[in-house]
Amino acid sequence: MIGGLFIYNHKGEVLISRVYRDDIGRNAVDAFRVNVIHARQQVRSPVTNIARTSFFHVKRSNIWLAAVTKQNVNAAMVFEFLYKMCDVMAAYFGKISEENIKNNFVLIYELLDEILDFGYPQNSETGALKTFITQQGIKSQHQTKEEQSQITSQVTGQIGWRREGIKYRRNELFLDVLESVNLLMSPQGQVLSAHVSGRVVMKSYLSGMPECKFGMNDKIVIEKQGKGTADETSKSGKQSIAIDDCTFHQCVRLSKFDSERSISFIPPDGEFELMRYRTTKDIILPFRVIPLVREVGRTKLEVKKKWARPPISMNFEVPFAPSGLKVRYLKVFEPKLNYSDHDVIKWVRYIGRSGIYETRC
Amino acid sequence: MTDSKYFTTTKKGEIFELKAELNSDKKEKKKEAVKKVIASMTVGKDVSALFPDVVNCMQTDNLELKKLVYLYLMNYAKSQPDMAIMAVNTFVKDCEDPNPLIRALAVRTMGCIRVDKITEYLCEPLRKCLKDEDPYVRKTAAVCVAKLHDINAQLVEDQGFLDTLKDLISDSNPMVVANAVAALSEIAESHPSSNLLDLNPQSINKLLTALNECTEWGQIFILDCLANYTPKDDREAQSICERVTPRLSHANSAVVLSAVKVLMKFMEMLSKDLDYYGTLLKKLAPPLVTLLSAEPELQYVALRNINLIVQKRPEILKHEMKVFFVKYNDPIYVKLEKLDIMIRLASQANIAQVLAELKEYATEVDVDFVRKAVRAIGRCAIKVEQSAERCVSTLLDLIQTKVNYVVQEAIVVIKDIFRKYPNKYESVIATLCENLDSLDEPEARAAMIWIVGEYAERIDNADELLESFLEGFHDESTQVQLQLLTAIVKLFLKKPTETQELVQQVLSLATQDSDNPDLRDRGYIYWRLLSTDPVAAKEVVLAEKPLISEETDLIEPTLLDELICYIGTLASVYHKPPSAFVEGGRGVVHKSLPPRTASSESTESPETAPAGAPSGEQPDVIPTQGDLLGDLLNLDLGPPVGGPPLATSSVQMGAVDLLGGGLDSLIGGPNFVAPPAAAVPPNLGTSMGSGLSDLFDLTSGVGTLSGSYVAPKAVWLPAMKAKGLEISGTFTRQVGSISMDLQLTNKALQVMTDFAIQFNRNSFGLAPAAPLQVHAPLSPNQTVEISLPLNTVGSVMKMEPLNNLQVAVKNNIDVFYFSTLYPLHILFVEDGKMDRQMFLATWKDIPNENEAQFQIRDCPLNAEAVSSRLQSSNIFTVAKRNVEGQDMLYQSLKLTNGIWVLAELRIQPGNPSFTLSLKCRAPEVSQHVYQAYETILKN
Repeated sequence: MIGGLFIYNHKGEVLISRVYRDDIGRNAVDAFRVNVIHARQQVRSPVTNIARTSFFHVKRSNIWLAAVTKQNVNAAMVFEFLYKMCDVMAAYFGKISEENIKNNFVLIYELLDEILDFGYPQNSETGALKTFITQQGIKSQHQTKEEQSQITSQVTGQIGWRREGIKYRRNELFLDVLESVNLLMSPQGQVLSAHVSGRVVMKSYLSGMPECKFGMNDKIVIEKQGKGTADETSKSGKQSIAIDDCTFHQCVRLSKFDSERSISFIPPDGEFELMRYRTTKDIILPFRVIPLVREVGRTKLEVKKKWARPPISMNFEVPFAPSGLKVRYLKVFEPKLNYSDHDVIKWVRYIGRSGIYETRC
Repeated sequence: MTDSKYFTTTKKGEIFELKAELNSDKKEKKKEAVKKVIASMTVGKDVSALFPDVVNCMQTDNLELKKLVYLYLMNYAKSQPDMAIMAVNTFVKDCEDPNPLIRALAVRTMGCIRVDKITEYLCEPLRKCLKDEDPYVRKTAAVCVAKLHDINAQLVEDQGFLDTLKDLISDSNPMVVANAVAALSEIAESHPSSNLLDLNPQSINKLLTALNECTEWGQIFILDCLANYTPKDDREAQSICERVTPRLSHANSAVVLSAVKVLMKFMEMLSKDLDYYGTLLKKLAPPLVTLLSAEPELQYVALRNINLIVQKRPEILKHEMKVFFVKYNDPIYVKLEKLDIMIRLASQANIAQVLAELKEYATEVDVDFVRKAVRAIGRCAIKVEQSAERCVSTLLDLIQTKVNYVVQEAIVVIKDIFRKYPNKYESVIATLCENLDSLDEPEARAAMIWIVGEYAERIDNADELLESFLEGFHDESTQVQLQLLTAIVKLFLKKPTETQELVQQVLSLATQDSDNPDLRDRGYIYWRLLSTDPVAAKEVVLAEKPLISEETDLIEPTLLDELICYIGTLASVYHKPPSAFVEGGRGVVHKSLPPRTASSESTESPETAPAGAPSGEQPDVIPTQGDLLGDLLNLDLGPPVGGPPLATSSVQMGAVDLLGGGLDSLIGGPNFVAPPAAAVPPNLGTSMGSGLSDLFDLTSGVGTLSGSYVAPKAVWLPAMKAKGLEISGTFTRQVGSISMDLQLTNKALQVMTDFAIQFNRNSFGLAPAAPLQVHAPLSPNQTVEISLPLNTVGSVMKMEPLNNLQVAVKNNIDVFYFSTLYPLHILFVEDGKMDRQMFLATWKDIPNENEAQFQIRDCPLNAEAVSSRLQSSNIFTVAKRNVEGQDMLYQSLKLTNGIWVLAELRIQPGNPSFTLSLKCRAPEVSQHVYQAYETILKN
């Protein structure tokens, strides 16, 4: 498991250092600085092995976060944890900068104590953390017994991302379908590869513990439903899209998706990423770049030696989803409170952006 | 003012001032002071002198302050154990606090204070916390058991915490379950033999239920634990797979990869004809592709793993070539890994696309990447024959660019293409020759010289070209010098009339003016060959070379299987087994994929050996620097301090460490020095040897007449894999001495000297009892027979299979590795006969689940003959009974490490099939004992 976690500034000065395991010594802090931060050449790997100690690092602006271990840890988990750590810090104090880290070092130590125990990541949902790790340390004395057990049951519970008893006068939710179109085109205008990677981001302001069901024009679902009524198929026919793969937020019941392909969940309060998906078929390419070779004379072509010429890349934003994805519904049920699906105000927005949109030349 | 002020460097007398502030009456001031202390601690200043003052602040109702004091305690308690005791009371009190957050905080912190005296006090609070009503406290206590175990394993066992921990697997709270699983897995890892994580269908079911409910991290712990389970048959494997597949849609890449690991492992058990098998294969591709849209660091981890998956099951991603196309802005580590996978996926169907991409990459900026891309074009040519022509023309285009490193790289790969397709592309030689002057790297120069020598007859001015290299002969690297020597000899053999002077010149440069022994030796050999028998010289030097193989950099299959079991972990990133980079006992147990078993077959008679066991005695040659290197390094050398950072090609990390002198110095160490050839006169060696064997002859009269069965020698290391050294051998046991009978044959053109041998740690501690004595240099075509005495006092590490032995042999040319399986009967000791009473008692005492039954078929011997034959291999018949016409032989044997194996052999007169039942406290040896029976009885 993770043996220690260090945060450095761009000079390699250590800002945070938390050791979880006995096999990690203070010299590990210096080893990383000397071998990675101060190394002359560009970083060649995010995992570095120095004297039988492995260092995983990520960089946020000019801050280095490094996790250290001497064991055969789950490497994917360590990186996921480092990203999560960044998210948690950003949720608490905004941008990850040297100034912010120094200003909040007590808080960071408190967080590190909570979300990593003996190097094992624990609940790191900011929603839950914020209920008991606050910058006013005295708060805990005023909690009632009920409040305390509510906190612990949320932190360890099945729905660790949402607390009970949330109340809104106006139940409202926002859905953003954010897509980035990736394209690689040859100089001759031939599409070498193209895919859309999309995210559905939800902002929910709903009371209680609402049960949500999300539907989109997923080809598999449409075809399954369409079997009964031919009418439906012809209506929605071309409207459905083939999704290559999708991944979901922790709150979505994966086994239900696996068996019925339905997306049901109890959302966290506020903003979160409900799902990510990828499509490769029938993508609407908003723009094409066609590089032209200038003809200098009738018999002579000017072709320059083109070493290391970067491809032409484009940046754009369009108000539709280039994959063709459409939100069909988002139903909200809260059996215990007296508001129904119709009372919820729902907003949907589609934004298509350029991802890596390149034409070689 | 903000907290960042605490980081500003302070003046002298700071400690003194802090002391005063810590003892201040004002709460705020106290807190400020503790913050300053923690900030100093963070930047590495020693503030341990403040220990008593900081600990005094512990008794507070301010949680934030308390946490800071705890942080300080965890850091310094070890250096001030006596004073740390002062904190105990507060901890014990806090463990009783009505607030569960405080109870958990206390137990969590206490476990991090590694002071013996404190650990004693920890036991009672921990016991309570493990049964706390609040799940938050229980989940924290579960991890605390692992902490305590790390400090004092015995204490944890004595206090019965392990049982409590096991009970937590059935806890109602999923997070408690997950942490208990994590703690148990960690503890089990340091006790590989213990049956701690006693996984059975019921507990697996609990884990699978918790999997749906716990946090993303908990899911990872559970999946990683599931991956260690071996389902009893294919049906169980499939049902677990079905419940794990939904995890492939999780947003957390680590959950996805751990699920992939479970699926890849259990898939081994599924029949390929099953519909489900195909479904599963199809389900695996999309999530693997999705991992490539994660952040770059995770992409890197994913790509290293995909590299393994593609080697193990190429069918999963064979249609996904495009997603591995390199993007201009990918970090270099992602680019290099993608390129590697592209080459692995290259096939006739997609080669055009791949080549177009590679050509594009060859014009990028990063030198390493460009080189790799050029090399990849060469690999495509070798892999996909239909594309060879296109590859060659692409390479020629690249050479025309005149970019120095591109040209050099291209020439190196074209040499390989010539070796794969001789007499096909020689027309390009003229173009290559135009670039002679720009070659400044040894590898490229050597490649070019090889080409000129090999095709000397078609190059008009070959002599001039080679002569031009000769001018600076002594400044060239050894690689180039050797190549030049050979090339000129080739040229001479092809065009003897014009080149006599040239060959004389190179021979004298190599033999007289050089102090490199390799070069001198090669020079002399050529010289003598040419002067004594030019016809033979021609046969030797111009002999037809074997074609080079298609895939040169595949991971050795057993290592690959092991790495598949480690998907998602560091081992899969390094492509090395954990034993190569983890110190101490952790992670040295080799994992292996489960054997394929079908439930329909399992009802049949149990004589079918588990399919996972390798057939026969086929030696496995390890082509790449695999686990062995790491293990050998692990043996005696300290950690390679400041070793090369794991960079572009982490695969080669081991190689760098090793060839940088690691192994050489190891093998050359005091125990393994092979005497210099001249030092021991050969006759002395033989007289000593015969003296010894006389002695053996004497004793053998007393003991058994014939020794254990000896298998014929088998080739362990073919010459092709070891630069001309061929090793074959077998194992013998005679009167208590085990030896490895080796036959070394030199099939190279140069003399071999300085032999040494080293074994990797193995299951029974087999190790050479003496250095490998090769008394004279081994000349080309010479064979020498050596009997290497072995003992069993070497380091022990459980191998997979159990009787696997990994060997490193060194000579003056290089270090070579191979592995072989030894027959277990060489470990059967002479005093393996058990007393009858003892036998009966032991047989009853060993639990029935340890009993294994086997069939020995087609054995024509009768009970008498069987008994005497087995006895000569130290399997002793303790008693014999006749039950209903069947002969029952009760036999015992003892292994060198003291393990007893009891056997019941049932022989029916007239029936050539015997039934063998084996009982042993270490049931994993049974399979190998059975194989020993087979071997002994059938030969």
